[in-house]
Amino acid sequence: MKAKIHVTLKSGILDPQGRAIQQSLATLGFSTVKDVRVGKFLEIELGDTDQTQAESQLKAMCEKLLANTVIEDYRYEIETSNPSTTP
Amino acid sequence: MNFGVLVFPGSNCDHDCAHAVSEGLGQDVRLIWHHDTSLEGMDAVIVPGGFSYGDYLRTGAIAQFSPIMEPLKLFAAKGGLVLGICNGFQILLEVGLLPGVMMRNRDLSFICEDIYVKVENATTPFTNACQSGQILKLPIAHAEGNYYTDPVTLSSLQANAQIVFRYCTVNGQTAPEANPNGTLDNIAGIRNAAGNILGLMPHPERCAETVLGNQDGLLLFRSMVDAFTGVHTS
Repeated sequence: MKAKIHVTLKSGILDPQGRAIQQSLATLGFSTVKDVRVGKFLEIELGDTDQTQAESQLKAMCEKLLANTVIEDYRYEIETSNPSTTP
Repeated sequence: MNFGVLVFPGSNCDHDCAHAVSEGLGQDVRLIWHHDTSLEGMDAVIVPGGFSYGDYLRTGAIAQFSPIMEPLKLFAAKGGLVLGICNGFQILLEVGLLPGVMMRNRDLSFICEDIYVKVENATTPFTNACQSGQILKLPIAHAEGNYYTDPVTLSSLQANAQIVFRYCTVNGQTAPEANPNGTLDNIAGIRNAAGNILGLMPHPERCAETVLGNQDGLLLFRSMVDAFTGVHTS
């Protein structure tokens, strides 16, 4: 079972990296870009576990380590592996 | 007095801190590897600067789970003196011994320069050898020194004199132009409510002897020794 986790700055928190990228995009001619927010993307292979357990594990991981919830939000998706049938 | 200096993979100011305390003040000092699980016999612990765990994920994020951190929390809870410098400050924030977080500097750059800070509270165990309002010249060297916390916590820091150092001009004005990194309220260093934990971004250990051209930093370490030995009891 695999999880994809996004960690992003909370709205309202100044994102200087995002601002720099936005300015750079404007220089390239993408002047209509209104806002850029930079975040982190993590893929975690959870091993054998069920959906409920996976969710509670992911929540704990995010709260304890992966995100600093003072300034960051997190969200995750769980992908259940469906072994493709070989022809 | 027995000082312990924690050493994480990537710490690079550990020996400077040990040198400042041992050579500068003649105190006993021991380097403590982060896998150690005891702080027995320590009177004060310094969490030094550097790049613990390569700053992976967030500054200080991985170091907070090193085995030495549980003993450090117990040590702090019993009132032991804990000084976090730069990355050490970031670690103390991540582990929750001090409130708030460090964000990337406002201008995204790594800033390495001498700055001035004003001693806003000279009654702490880390500043009692300073005068209230004294201006110290200290070096900073960081990319994540942009302190942030929620408005409620900020008000409480302000109301309880927990903001110990503020960036200021050479004349002591805590003005926006003296703010090097976008930090809230020009905060350079804060203490916890109980007063036994201090975190600051500038590096006192890098200016603690005459050969370095500046001894202002020694005042912090001297304050700790004075507080421990009872020279300043106020």
